[in-house]
Amino acid sequence: MNEVSPGHTVRTAVIVNGEQVDLDHDARVTLLDFLRENQGLTGAKKGCNRGECGSCTVLVGGRRANACMVLLAGIDGAEVTTVEGLTVDGELHPMQRAFVDHDAFQCGFCTPGQIMSAVACVAEGHVGDDGEIREWMSGNICRCSAYPQITAAVATAAKEMRS
Amino acid sequence: MNVTTMGTGVRRLDGPAKVTGAAMFAADHRPTGTLHAVLVGSPVPAGSLTHLDTTAALAVPGVVAVLGPGDLPRPDPRLDEVSVPPLATRFLPLQDDRICYHGQAVAVVLAGSLQDAEHAATLVRPHIAPAPFVVPADAPVRDATTAEGYAQLMPLTEQVGEPIDPREAPVHVAATYAQPDRHNNPMEPSAIVAEWDGDTLTVTDSVQHVYAVRDTLAAALGLDQEKVLVRSPHTGGGFGAKAFVWPHEIIAAQVAWVMGPGRPVKLVLTRAQMYAMVGYQPAMWHDVALGAAGNGSLITVRHDAVNTTAVTEDYVEFATATALSLYASPSISTSQRVRRGHVNLPTFMRSPLDGPGTWALGSAIDELAHAAGIDPLDLRLINHADTEPATGKPWTSKKLVQAYGEAARRFGWRTRPIGGTVDGQWRIGCGMADATQGQFRFPSQARLVMDRTATVTLEVGFTDIGQGPGTVFPQVAASVLGLRPEQIRVKYGDARLPFAGPTYGSGTTIGVGAAVLDAAQRLRGELARIAGWPADEVSCADGRLRRDGSQRVPFSRTDEDIPFTALMALHGGEVAVEGSFALPGGVPADAGPAEYATRTFGAVFVEVAVDPELGLLRLRRATGVYSAGRIVNERTARSQMIGGIVWGWGMAALEASTFEPALGRWHSQNLAGVALPVNADIPAAIDIAFIDEFDEHAGPLGAKGIGELSATGTAAAVANAVYDAIGVRVRDLPITPQRLLRRG
Amino acid sequence: MIPFTYERVGTVAEAVEHSTAPGSMLIAGGTEVVNWLRLGVHGPATLVDLKTVPGLADISLVGETVHIGPLVRLADVAAHPWVAQRFPVLRESIHLAASAQLRNLATIGGNPLQYTRCPYFRAEAETPCTKRRPGSGCAARHGITDNQAIFGWTDDCVAVQPSDPGTALAALDAVYVTRHADGGRRIAARELNTLPSQDAVAHNMLRPGEVITDIEITGTAPTSTYLKVRPRASYEFATVAVAVALEVDGDLVRRARIALGSVAMRPWRLDATERLLVGHRIGSAAAQRAIEAGFADAKPLPGNEYKITLARNAVARALRQAVTA
Repeated sequence: MNEVSPGHTVRTAVIVNGEQVDLDHDARVTLLDFLRENQGLTGAKKGCNRGECGSCTVLVGGRRANACMVLLAGIDGAEVTTVEGLTVDGELHPMQRAFVDHDAFQCGFCTPGQIMSAVACVAEGHVGDDGEIREWMSGNICRCSAYPQITAAVATAAKEMRS
Repeated sequence: MNVTTMGTGVRRLDGPAKVTGAAMFAADHRPTGTLHAVLVGSPVPAGSLTHLDTTAALAVPGVVAVLGPGDLPRPDPRLDEVSVPPLATRFLPLQDDRICYHGQAVAVVLAGSLQDAEHAATLVRPHIAPAPFVVPADAPVRDATTAEGYAQLMPLTEQVGEPIDPREAPVHVAATYAQPDRHNNPMEPSAIVAEWDGDTLTVTDSVQHVYAVRDTLAAALGLDQEKVLVRSPHTGGGFGAKAFVWPHEIIAAQVAWVMGPGRPVKLVLTRAQMYAMVGYQPAMWHDVALGAAGNGSLITVRHDAVNTTAVTEDYVEFATATALSLYASPSISTSQRVRRGHVNLPTFMRSPLDGPGTWALGSAIDELAHAAGIDPLDLRLINHADTEPATGKPWTSKKLVQAYGEAARRFGWRTRPIGGTVDGQWRIGCGMADATQGQFRFPSQARLVMDRTATVTLEVGFTDIGQGPGTVFPQVAASVLGLRPEQIRVKYGDARLPFAGPTYGSGTTIGVGAAVLDAAQRLRGELARIAGWPADEVSCADGRLRRDGSQRVPFSRTDEDIPFTALMALHGGEVAVEGSFALPGGVPADAGPAEYATRTFGAVFVEVAVDPELGLLRLRRATGVYSAGRIVNERTARSQMIGGIVWGWGMAALEASTFEPALGRWHSQNLAGVALPVNADIPAAIDIAFIDEFDEHAGPLGAKGIGELSATGTAAAVANAVYDAIGVRVRDLPITPQRLLRRG
Repeated sequence: MIPFTYERVGTVAEAVEHSTAPGSMLIAGGTEVVNWLRLGVHGPATLVDLKTVPGLADISLVGETVHIGPLVRLADVAAHPWVAQRFPVLRESIHLAASAQLRNLATIGGNPLQYTRCPYFRAEAETPCTKRRPGSGCAARHGITDNQAIFGWTDDCVAVQPSDPGTALAALDAVYVTRHADGGRRIAARELNTLPSQDAVAHNMLRPGEVITDIEITGTAPTSTYLKVRPRASYEFATVAVAVALEVDGDLVRRARIALGSVAMRPWRLDATERLLVGHRIGSAAAQRAIEAGFADAKPLPGNEYKITLARNAVARALRQAVTA
């Protein structure tokens, strides 16, 4: 993010994985580009930049959202959680562990988005049965197509997260 | 070998990195001083660039340069010596004024911020004198040129036995099966970061073979190979789109050269650019005719395939490979021809050749089964090829009959619901088809190093596109060295490492695996030498070298063993060994040992539901059982097979890239207008099994490839199931509501 | 994206004032606006963020009318008990729209304002499109028509309006209440979007600086449902969608409201069908004739004839679904 005419910058404050970040930035910057290019948080991926794949899914205010469709300026004051913020003291989140245990990915590109989406899916309570999980995890495309394993991982982690 | 690690479902060693966001993909790299490069595509499919108006783009604050034809260095003549493939296409944009397809790069914009570069790219005005263009699907069918390139890879026509007119057979069917253009659409768009330091070029790229990138860039830029460092830490899916070296990779290196040292250039294709700047599987028309005796035994197989290609060169999708390999028939006739139009060049896509081939042949054999009144599975058993039909060669290994039986048992084929059974709004149908894929082999090397602390590192430059090599190859080494796979560190994705064959052609495990096995055995031999024991009398377990003396020297002492750490202390330094897998004659690739036919097989059964009122098609369950040699990791292998069945479901039910004929461009260049399967499309009931098999001829590991086998057969199985459900034979993919809707 | 100035406003009056200025544009959830800016559909000098206006994200019940603030996120609309109990069709339409992530961003006021998904309109490199560049023609008219309109199209535009919640709101006779410098107005949901015969360039009838401040739905529609037909099982725009709200007396229809989505540039109410269904049993021959009557003015394009059959079947199915749910 470099020289922008002053009229086109805006000041935004966000909390990223618990850290307060205040900055003046080009108003065009999306949350995704901010995370990747400015914060070095490259877990969220740019698969389509149109809201059509879910690879950039992060939590904004605790809710899953496509970071590519969010202008940074539009979430002033919000808390953002990325996949990097899920791990506490090097300990994998139950969802991360379940994804490994169920082999719920191959190339791993969509995986951070899948996992953030899955964490929210459990929090929302959309894990009643496999059909519900599949529907509510359909905003994340996996071209390697680990879908049955993803569904199993979400179901497993949901049990652990709720107990 | 240690049975506890080979074949078992070891968890992915790169799992923690991939679930925490720590795994780095090409576009995640951002060296200091990075310039963002954005390509500008041609708005027309044919013509010549008369002027590139860069005024407005250059006026954008933050824009460093706008480069067009003439601004980039000419490729070194050595590039002419690089064959196509692995060079994806000989036609390199930004070298002259020719426009051969819509979206072809005509300019590159560079800026310090992505926002400025993207904005300025929209302000570049290419002035183009348009020329008439040819819609590929409307172009005349013609013979492909064999002067160079893809058409040379296999014979364009084959005649096995005497030609027989299928119509003279007691039972015969003939039809045209069509399939649309489909884009590979890996989730990760192609990305490359290119950086010069003096006369050394470093690129971080998203690819399926780092060595091809190294060699091609070295040739294009006139450098020695050692002056080109290529890294590909993880690749976010490729499915063929990143197999070969595409123009944007050469352009990125050229642009970085123009920008000079200290200005790394990061070029990430947009999703839209993934449609026109890399390849895709071309549209195909398969004329298939089968003739059989009254008992169902094939008398003749005819498959004439046509695919679209570019005006710049011919890509041939050798779908007839299946007809030459799958069913026993005394007469087989095949041909491959092309239609040339103004479009970017197609390429291999999971699963090339046999993916299209099994769609056409797998549909035709089902039609024959119905015509002959024979169960489709029985008809396949009747026509089982005990040797390769085209050559008569024996198979390296083939357990297809067992796969049929096991799949039928697991699926309940013999007790399946009668076609058209009603379940609410749905009509239920079952179908099956063969899976099969030709096998490629590539030579490979591998290095194993045991350091003073007895820590073992595996070094081999394969790429990880998700199929699990970062787990499978440590497993192979660990099984010989008596270690747990996670005890072996592995370095990969870097062309400075020992040469690995490419990650395509389902050829990674067979080649790299053999090299790793060889290296592990050599390392064990070195340890034996240090211990002073005969190399053929030792084994490894639990971090110790053991002398298996009891069998060979009956009256000697009982078994001895020495910890690796003690051996290394004795040795006083690290031990490094090189293993290799070489092909006969030193060739860079082959299709298996010459005296055998090498192929993988399987059977796919699906149950679908069709809603004829709304034209909906849904997958209810699938069973795939495969004969593919030894399975090194049942866990990652199972995931690959599930992924392949879903890939096949996309081919069957959803995916199509439509070429807009009036405008000469891809109609939708995104993931909203081109539907890929989502989670809701795929039921949990995807049942996968492997027949226990060791292919002793294909390679020392006993394994073969599975990544492409997985996506064959499914499309035909689905179409066959649709016919079973509602009696409608769909011969054009994908099977969308238009094709299923009950009229009236 | 063209550089723009970003303004956060604190009141509706400010939002109206700032977005009335030439070159200004409102943004709420952003799931559409951000893509318009990327595609170059719009290049505003100023983006006015409506999200910072308090009081526009509430749901309230006044008498028999549910008021939904335009900034309520789709997910929250669907989750609200009043919506779930009174308007199942709206809840279902939302759950069948986009993805869970997008439904957390997109707002109920913004969603019906989304532009057509016509690939010619959405092209990265412009194609002839009346809505993209007035006067450039309509490449879709004689082009690829599978998903284009079967009602109300003209030679200037054959596109369809895809909003699922917008279609449900049209069936519920919802009203969009707006504020504008020239005064506000009440817009019937079925009329919000613009047919090409009215204005082939526009996507809806809002004027620059006109802000939706409230969405009103009166009464209840417990016997209502939303059917969305699409090849992919989820996360895909409709080929055809049907919103149905019925009032039944025993098994006889007393009142029917039916809106089709993705068949025209606005949610398409089947007025004739609604009228003729009254007094008949769902599934009866008379009901089937009523459905046919709704399609009397359907006109396919070469290549999308199937959509008429599909839409007709979908209406029959949705009616059955509504009464059996």
